[in-house]
Amino acid sequence: MRRISLTFLPLLVLAAGIVVGAHAASAKTTLALVAYSTPKDAYAKIIPAFESTAAGKDVSFTQSYGASGDQARAVGAGLSADLVALSLEPDVSTLVKKGIVPSNWNQNSYHGMVTDSVVVFVVRDGNPKKIHTWADLTKSGVQVITPNPFTSGGARWNVMAAYGAQRAQGKTDKQAIDYLKKLFKNVPVLPKSAREATQVFASGKGDVLLTYENEAIYANKKGVHTEYVLPKQTILIENPVALTKNGLNHSEAKAFLKFLWSSKAQKLFGDTGYRPVLKSVAKSAKYKYPKPKSLFTINSKSLGLRGWKSVQFRFFDHSSGIMVKVIGH
Amino acid sequence: MATNPAVPVSRPGAVANRAGGALARGIAVGYLSVVVLVPLAALIWASRADGAATFWDEITKPEAAAALKLTLVAALVVAAFNAFTGTAIAWVLVRDSFKGQGMFNAVIDLPFALPTIVAGLVLLELYGPNSPFGVDLAFQRAGLIMALLFVTLPFVVRAVQPVLLELDRDMEEAAESLGARRLAVFRRIVFPNLLPAILSGVALAFARAVGEFGAVVLISGNVPFKTEVSSVYISGQIESDNPTGAAAVSVVLLAISLAVLLAIGAFRHWRTRHDR
Repeated sequence: MRRISLTFLPLLVLAAGIVVGAHAASAKTTLALVAYSTPKDAYAKIIPAFESTAAGKDVSFTQSYGASGDQARAVGAGLSADLVALSLEPDVSTLVKKGIVPSNWNQNSYHGMVTDSVVVFVVRDGNPKKIHTWADLTKSGVQVITPNPFTSGGARWNVMAAYGAQRAQGKTDKQAIDYLKKLFKNVPVLPKSAREATQVFASGKGDVLLTYENEAIYANKKGVHTEYVLPKQTILIENPVALTKNGLNHSEAKAFLKFLWSSKAQKLFGDTGYRPVLKSVAKSAKYKYPKPKSLFTINSKSLGLRGWKSVQFRFFDHSSGIMVKVIGH
Repeated sequence: MATNPAVPVSRPGAVANRAGGALARGIAVGYLSVVVLVPLAALIWASRADGAATFWDEITKPEAAAALKLTLVAALVVAAFNAFTGTAIAWVLVRDSFKGQGMFNAVIDLPFALPTIVAGLVLLELYGPNSPFGVDLAFQRAGLIMALLFVTLPFVVRAVQPVLLELDRDMEEAAESLGARRLAVFRRIVFPNLLPAILSGVALAFARAVGEFGAVVLISGNVPFKTEVSSVYISGQIESDNPTGAAAVSVVLLAISLAVLLAIGAFRHWRTRHDR
């Protein structure tokens, strides 16, 4: 008996320590923001801007940044969050399914989307391989760098941009899938994430990097010369934000969410390369972006895109998805 | 025979304060449970979540099987290579003396100190398409092996070094004075004493190579059936919302590592018995 109790004593001490530690609380309202990595620099300016408004006076933030899928899983597993900012809608849907984000999160005039961007082609200086169209990507001798869509949720935008661009040019579903096969024949490596794809491209591998316009613009702003081509047909990337049920209990969290669609915050997002979603800001000369001939979304039904839920299953299911066959041979 | 610090032998006869012994054992068991056993049990539990048939399907999927095979072969190659280079480096550090030896000794542990993703990035710069030496190993199996060699370097060196330091030089000198050649002295006297330490280093290097993620994820290119290792495959399954598949492959990796560690442990035990 005595031996058993001594054996478990350290466990008891540990448990007691955890309970005591959890009681250390603070007085001021602290909101937890859990976000994907790219908008980190934007939030670094938006949060102080919010804190200088009347609504944000007594609010402080804890911030966590990481890969969108990892962040969603962390919140799903219990990481405390009042507000989540993720790179694509399915990561929010994961949290809706778990009952952490209310199902009406996208019932506002922006459908829950706080920033936009588009898929572009980053090319080598002077565009030596003369890459201008989606067709150019499948020419022999062209190497395309894009992350593995099975390891990078964000890379799924690239795949759907490629598919949708074919449909927008009048191709059939089958032709568009054949295009994906040809495209991925020109993909020599499959980096795990968008960040790693950028590293691989920077290391000298490949002729074209499929990425987001905001990443290319931001690199240029930071002084890393990045030449890119906006294709005639591309997908509109929309990044969601949502309050968790926890966050809904705090009026400050609601105020912060509203602030993200204010012209001040939208301009700060714009400064880091995103396309603002607020019309008044998007129209101003500084944040005006060229509009491609055909700009479609993940919900462009006429192009066979029926929203993330359908696309996830049809293209990215881990055993039966179209992309399993496109990549795995 | 020289005592071998790398082979701790339990001493059943050791008498200590009984209550103190139980407390120490309690701390050891409690700590091991919290840090290792409980997470491993949870992992095995997760892998069985959808039944044994699903478990089997998950680990025999062509892509999963190819990744497992590549991981094991790469880990074996790396472990074997380390057995030679690690012993040689330890030898040089102990038996040789040269300028900058202290620095050389300190550098050995650097692969542990560096975040592995940084190691991957550095290797990609040095041995990628823009290599200053004109050596492009990136995005092929050679690059994968190189990254694994980098992160596993310290294991054998650090296992062999203390044993070599403790080794009684008198024996070697006696053998030499009796006319044995240098090679024979190494083979018959030094090597048998080093073998347990070499094996323990090799086992750790193998286990580390099986599980390595950060260092290989950039430089290997992650192409399924070509350069995708299991750790990268597992991360893909998690991102694709297939935690059962991820857990199943992890359990296989774990079982293999455990089997190797146990086998080497058993071999060492057997040798220690026969030496005495």
